[in-house]
Amino acid sequence: MFKKILIANRGEIAVRVIRACHEMGIATVAVYSEVDRAALHVRKADEAYPIGAAAAAESYLNIGKILDVARQSGAEAIHPGYGFLSENARFAQACVDVGVKFIGPKVAAMNAMGSKTRARQAMERAGVPFVPGTSRGLESIEEAEEVAARIGYPVMLKAAAGGGGKGMRLVHTPDQLKSSLDAARSEAERSFGDGEVYIEKAILNPRHIEMQILADEHGNTLYLGERECSLQRRHQKVLEEAPSPIVDLDMRRRMGEVAVRVARAANYTNAGTVEFLVDQRKNFYFLEMNTRLQVEHPVTELVTGLDLVHLQIRIAAGEKLPLRQEDVQIRGHAMECRIYAEDPDNNYFPSPGKITLLLEPSGPGIRTDSGMYEGWTVPMDYDPLLAKLIGYGSDREQAIARLTRALDEYFVGGIKTNIALFRRILADPDFRAGKLDTGFLDRLLQQEPADHQQDDRKKDDPQREQVAAIAAGIFAMLGASADVVGERASGASPEKAVISSNWHSASRREALR
Amino acid sequence: MLYEITIDGKHYRLELARAEGRWSCRLDGHEVEVDAVLVRPDVLSLRFGNQVYEIKSERVGGAKGDNNDWQVWVGNARFVCELRDPRALRSRARAADDHGPRKLTAPMSGKVVRVLAREGDAVEAGTGVLVVEAMKMQNEIKSPKKGTIQKMLAAEGGAVNAGDVLAIVE
Repeated sequence: MFKKILIANRGEIAVRVIRACHEMGIATVAVYSEVDRAALHVRKADEAYPIGAAAAAESYLNIGKILDVARQSGAEAIHPGYGFLSENARFAQACVDVGVKFIGPKVAAMNAMGSKTRARQAMERAGVPFVPGTSRGLESIEEAEEVAARIGYPVMLKAAAGGGGKGMRLVHTPDQLKSSLDAARSEAERSFGDGEVYIEKAILNPRHIEMQILADEHGNTLYLGERECSLQRRHQKVLEEAPSPIVDLDMRRRMGEVAVRVARAANYTNAGTVEFLVDQRKNFYFLEMNTRLQVEHPVTELVTGLDLVHLQIRIAAGEKLPLRQEDVQIRGHAMECRIYAEDPDNNYFPSPGKITLLLEPSGPGIRTDSGMYEGWTVPMDYDPLLAKLIGYGSDREQAIARLTRALDEYFVGGIKTNIALFRRILADPDFRAGKLDTGFLDRLLQQEPADHQQDDRKKDDPQREQVAAIAAGIFAMLGASADVVGERASGASPEKAVISSNWHSASRREALR
Repeated sequence: MLYEITIDGKHYRLELARAEGRWSCRLDGHEVEVDAVLVRPDVLSLRFGNQVYEIKSERVGGAKGDNNDWQVWVGNARFVCELRDPRALRSRARAADDHGPRKLTAPMSGKVVRVLAREGDAVEAGTGVLVVEAMKMQNEIKSPKKGTIQKMLAAEGGAVNAGDVLAIVE
């Protein structure tokens, strides 16, 4: 087993991996950019090394610097987390070249899956079901017109190197095809430096369901059940759950076997995820394979009882998988809310800033994987994911009830977050009935553009407004002085306050007036 | 203490006194029974009759020291809160008016990636003036009114904080 692992990432996932390492008695090496010295992952690690400026290209994507740190620290393996270098085959190759183990698949498997069109060609040979369309980039508008006419409108144009919805265009009629193709190509060129675009039949209101797989380096490949990831906004996942409300034992086995076939066709090792689109008749089609640990891996951990990061590390160290397919049992239900620093009142734009107050939920069936703490300033330079709140229950209803309760306990002050959005989602009758598709969230957000369902809560208890007024006055009188905490706020003068705040200074001004 | 408090636009007159750890409280002239414990900075456990509420105090975004950004959360319901000590009323002159120059402020901390208008340019209400980027997202800042760009205070590539004035439209 490794003695020391470098984590080439930041935020909640770096903390998640560091925790797994410490559980396994492995020392950890963090890397951080200029704006991340105070980040939680640096605080949790055994060693930490600065790797450059805030811009990811100069730090978290800087292969040379990260490998320098690996050499300097004596780390034997690198866990890339998700995002950043996690799916970069050049990085994986560079690790091989300097003799550091990359905790993930082999370079050849990453290359095979890195391009959506190349992955598709390999999978077609392995007999994997696909959405009708081209498996190669489009040569010309004439070819696009011919294929679109053959498979039927609406069609979807997609960037071969794509991800996150970039370079994607939905085309309803033939006259839109040329302008959409041009737009998709230039967006793909700008975003990925590769203008290759292919075409697929558009499946309207699909579900997005993915299958977790694990493969060791001795030829054993397992599937660990599916995750329902249909709740998305701007093609980014917002809430995920396992199992999917529509997948039964038979469908799980069929999807799992296809996923294993996909992995085997690419000689895949370590943890990976095979994504499927599922139409309204429960036909599933291969979408792509993600060659990394996913953000939403905890829901699979909770329903299988397995620790995926432990297993990733064991596989990378050359161990055999400690279980067989028939040992994998799905038990209960888990659901994950991605807590983002974003402003619901400003079209969910990112909202970086200082966290002035943090109250985290706990109790039965609740797990928080977080990269934040009170007093930390969320930098503006990276993805706005702050934390993941995961609820587990013996069934879907109990998981929802626990999450709803936990969301009421959760409070992040000083910056805007999407916590209130999850209350809306979890209370929605269609969501509770498991009627999900990738358009669900956009429809929900269009329903009440003005305010959240907070208004209902205010109506439930009209007294709350008076309570707010009284509380405001009490806050004003107390200031935010630390020395009155826990007491009944008696006799503490603002001059004694340890923690300064605007209220403190306001009350001082009042006193001096 | 006497306070004039506005909660979501509704006015209250609150009298508060504290002796030996007990609060006495009159809201709009009516006596109410409250019992409050500050459990940690910015978090109050408040009993109103026998009902218990957890109250969080938060200031968000905006220019520093601006009282308009104070929010009080009762459970998970958010209330926008303004508080005045009537004795200090005369010191606060309100500057808000819809005529004359209007400021364009940064809605979030980030970087100015594009300046779309120059000083002296005529703009319509809704014309994009600048683009601010934070966390991989771009946000176009639009002119709030028809007029001309009187001042452009932001430069491409410059870092800005939430609430910073980026440009002034006259």
